[in-house]
Amino acid sequence: MDEEREKLPQHTPEEVDASRRQFLRNLGVTAAMASLLSSGAILEERRAKRAQAETLQTPPSGATELRGTVAVTLQVNGREHTLQLEPRVTLLDALRDHLGLTGTKRVCDRGSCGACTVLLDGKPVYSCSVLAVDAQGKKIETVESLAQGEQLHPVQQAFVEHDALMCGFCTPGFIMSLKALLDKTPQPTAQQVKEACAGNICRCGTYNRIFEAALAAVQSMSRGG
Amino acid sequence: MPQQKTKRIKTTITVNGETREVEIEVPDIEAAWGDPRNMRWLGKRIPRVEGADKVTGRAKYTYDIQLPGMLYGKILRSPYPHARIRSIDASRAQRLPGVKAVITDLTREVKYVGEEVAAVAAVSEQVARDALKLIRVEYEPLPFVVTPETAREPSAPRVHGGQNVSGGNPRERGDVDSAFRRSDVVVHEATYSVPARSHCCLEPHGLVCQWQGDKLVAWASTQGIFSVRDELAGALGIPASNVRVICEHMGGGFGSKFGARSEGVICARLAKHAGAPVKLMLEREEEQLATGYGPGVTAKVKIAATRDGQLIAWESESYGSGGVGGGSGIPLPYIYPVPNVRTRHYDIATNTGASAALRAPGHPQASFIMESAMDDLAHKLGMDPLEFRLKNDPNPVRQAEYRLGAERIGWHRRNRVAGQAPGVVKRGLGVASAIWGGGGGAGSRPTVRIDPDGSVEVRLGTQDLGTGTRTYVAAIVAEELGLDIRQVKALIGDTDYGYSGASGGSTTTASVAPAVKMAAMAAKERLVAVVSQHLQANPADIVLADGKLTARGGSEKSLTWQQACALLGKEGIEVQGEWNANLQGSGVAGCQFAEVEVDTETGKVRVVKIVAIQDCGLVLNRLAVESQIYGGVTQGLAMALYEQRLFDEQTGRMLNANLEEYKLPGSLDMPDVEAIVYDNPTGKVSGMGEPPVIPTAAAIGNAVFNAIGKRIHSLPITPAKVLQALGKV
Ligand code: FES
Ligand code: FES
Repeated sequence: MDEEREKLPQHTPEEVDASRRQFLRNLGVTAAMASLLSSGAILEERRAKRAQAETLQTPPSGATELRGTVAVTLQVNGREHTLQLEPRVTLLDALRDHLGLTGTKRVCDRGSCGACTVLLDGKPVYSCSVLAVDAQGKKIETVESLAQGEQLHPVQQAFVEHDALMCGFCTPGFIMSLKALLDKTPQPTAQQVKEACAGNICRCGTYNRIFEAALAAVQSMSRGG
Repeated sequence: MPQQKTKRIKTTITVNGETREVEIEVPDIEAAWGDPRNMRWLGKRIPRVEGADKVTGRAKYTYDIQLPGMLYGKILRSPYPHARIRSIDASRAQRLPGVKAVITDLTREVKYVGEEVAAVAAVSEQVARDALKLIRVEYEPLPFVVTPETAREPSAPRVHGGQNVSGGNPRERGDVDSAFRRSDVVVHEATYSVPARSHCCLEPHGLVCQWQGDKLVAWASTQGIFSVRDELAGALGIPASNVRVICEHMGGGFGSKFGARSEGVICARLAKHAGAPVKLMLEREEEQLATGYGPGVTAKVKIAATRDGQLIAWESESYGSGGVGGGSGIPLPYIYPVPNVRTRHYDIATNTGASAALRAPGHPQASFIMESAMDDLAHKLGMDPLEFRLKNDPNPVRQAEYRLGAERIGWHRRNRVAGQAPGVVKRGLGVASAIWGGGGGAGSRPTVRIDPDGSVEVRLGTQDLGTGTRTYVAAIVAEELGLDIRQVKALIGDTDYGYSGASGGSTTTASVAPAVKMAAMAAKERLVAVVSQHLQANPADIVLADGKLTARGGSEKSLTWQQACALLGKEGIEVQGEWNANLQGSGVAGCQFAEVEVDTETGKVRVVKIVAIQDCGLVLNRLAVESQIYGGVTQGLAMALYEQRLFDEQTGRMLNANLEEYKLPGSLDMPDVEAIVYDNPTGKVSGMGEPPVIPTAAAIGNAVFNAIGKRIHSLPITPAKVLQALGKV
């Protein structure tokens, strides 16, 4: 099998995948090594392990290895859900594919666009870069939790009124970044608004309107809206 | 039958993103939008009707569709820029538990990294990915070339077997050579270039396909539900009437999402083999590698004007690459009329993916080349760049826009002599302009339905790219029937709703809006006929406003909307409308001014402000038109300072097929933007989605020149290029 791989050019998709997982591992310092249903995955696992051996002198202490599927309990929007997931499933995929919460979007799947932003214990995180198993015991908030029935959250209301969205695919991510800001800093400056969504990309080009909407939401919230 | 009156009009047509001006004969049926001052909805700031769905996460995009028993499709793509496929062994993938379908007959030769080789469908994405790794492909690597500069060498590897270089026929008018030789002209020569740029739609290309017997339902992230339908039907050998395509919301297209494309056909085939619905959404790397890009172009130009600033001659030799496709041609000279012209353009094949239309295809490239040359020549002439344009641009709308923009940006603050700004951080101002067709075409068949209970629905198989189509469809009907926009349900994004064309070339509004208006007028006429009888009034005296129908003139009797609709039989009213050329027009104008700050020590350019002005004839939704301007400016700024597809000549691979190394602007890069909708009282509707992206990069480039007195000849304007131009590295 190793000869097989030698024939491939550099930077094969496997390597990209392995390094991403390496990245995830370094981030979360979990040893949630993927579960491995198949010989292909084992191959990948071996590669990742080799990479790990090369880059990490000492494995993280207290690491456990998870296999197959595991029961994962997530506290999402105030409700507890227990799912049977492969340990390699990201929080993003758990929300979208297993809980049907598709408001959180997948765009880059590697921490560079912000479309997947959710709040973990009030802090905005890229849910594509957090493993579901690592989100256990934390309070997870997604865009679906903001409106009360037909009553939109002031940030959502301002987005609609100021047309701070076009295709709308980046929108939930921006809204969650701003929600996190306003929860902590109810009277932000324009610069703080910009900084709060510096990790979100909008290709349609709604930034200026997003700033406008965020500041309008601040106004309406301070009027007790 | 009475002879129908016809007339000939100029309009733009778009086929798969390729836009052309054509003259067509159309029925001449009297119709008018009326006075915008009397309108309740149209021309006002209307928040988009699906806004609440999008901000709450309720809106279902193709990526969000989940069906019972749904499988996940994945495509194995070539790691080689050029190779013959000797064999594919997918037996181990086939045996992997959870794999339900495998396709290996896609091609025998791959011509770029990322081309489709095989595909699988499996119970989860993870298993599908595992399965791809078990497919053994024996490739025979072949020589390749990924840059146009290398590909044009006679000894370069051949991309398609024949010559890599095509085109090059001179296009000529006037007497170019003698114009350049005149003693009273000033000549400027230089080379300018723009790199290839990716669309980076946030929602990737992809579909969900579900077979019901021999019928196929496909959810697609697309700019053309009917073009997806037709391509799927053709590729699968089934009647078009057996295919239904749905796209309720889509996360960006910018010209790259026409037709089913290969992933669409693969998805439908996987679903057929597996006997289960399949979702196949491209991953980000695939999206950047294999779904198109706007071609890069390099042009060597020679431009001349008389000493008093009248453009007199233009000559250019340009080349560009659409990869394994073509279509890198650009309109030169651009916007400003030149009497003596000779141009040559070469299309160069390379082993990169096929290019696709990218918002105003060819125009932003042409704009950067032309407008840079204009300013460089103005500098030589010792003339103010704005004055030079006022002198050479006969368009009356742009003439007015230039003056307005100059005032808004404070043009008087510019450096009289480029580069003479004091200090380390130098400020500069620049200007550039935009042109577009924006006319529409026949074909859309909307239906307006009024039920006896008062509910109103308008249905049309068009799609909303985020441009606001759904909102103006509802608004037009609400306006005509005197209703609140919330009383009108606009159903779009489904081929079951009646034909409409693909959304490209900014043709959607001028195609859809007139047809919807005609349908709404027809519905109103039917309702008024019933109501006038009931009120014993003249139909011409019935006015529909504020949810009431009132007989004006005599009795002033009125009915509420509900009462009026209750007069209808069970069948209600259901009427179709057809496009009417008299409600739309072609030819929109815009211009933009940029203010920048250039740090001469770090080379960093900061855009401080953009004033962007655009006309689109009669405005349907001011809020949405402004949003299009913001969007165009943002993408134009990305082109000016950040975007560039990079390839490694050694391996033939793209180096930045992701969203961290392919640079896009973020919130901290955004300048203050003033988006101005120029009210041009044509009384007719025109499209404007594309033109606001055209002049931004050129205006920024010209502002940088004004700040530092040095021209950056190629985009993007990076700190390294600035420092090099300043002689600091
Ligand atoms: S999808 Fe998570 S950051 Fe892009
Ligand atoms: S609205 Fe389309 S990407 Fe932001």
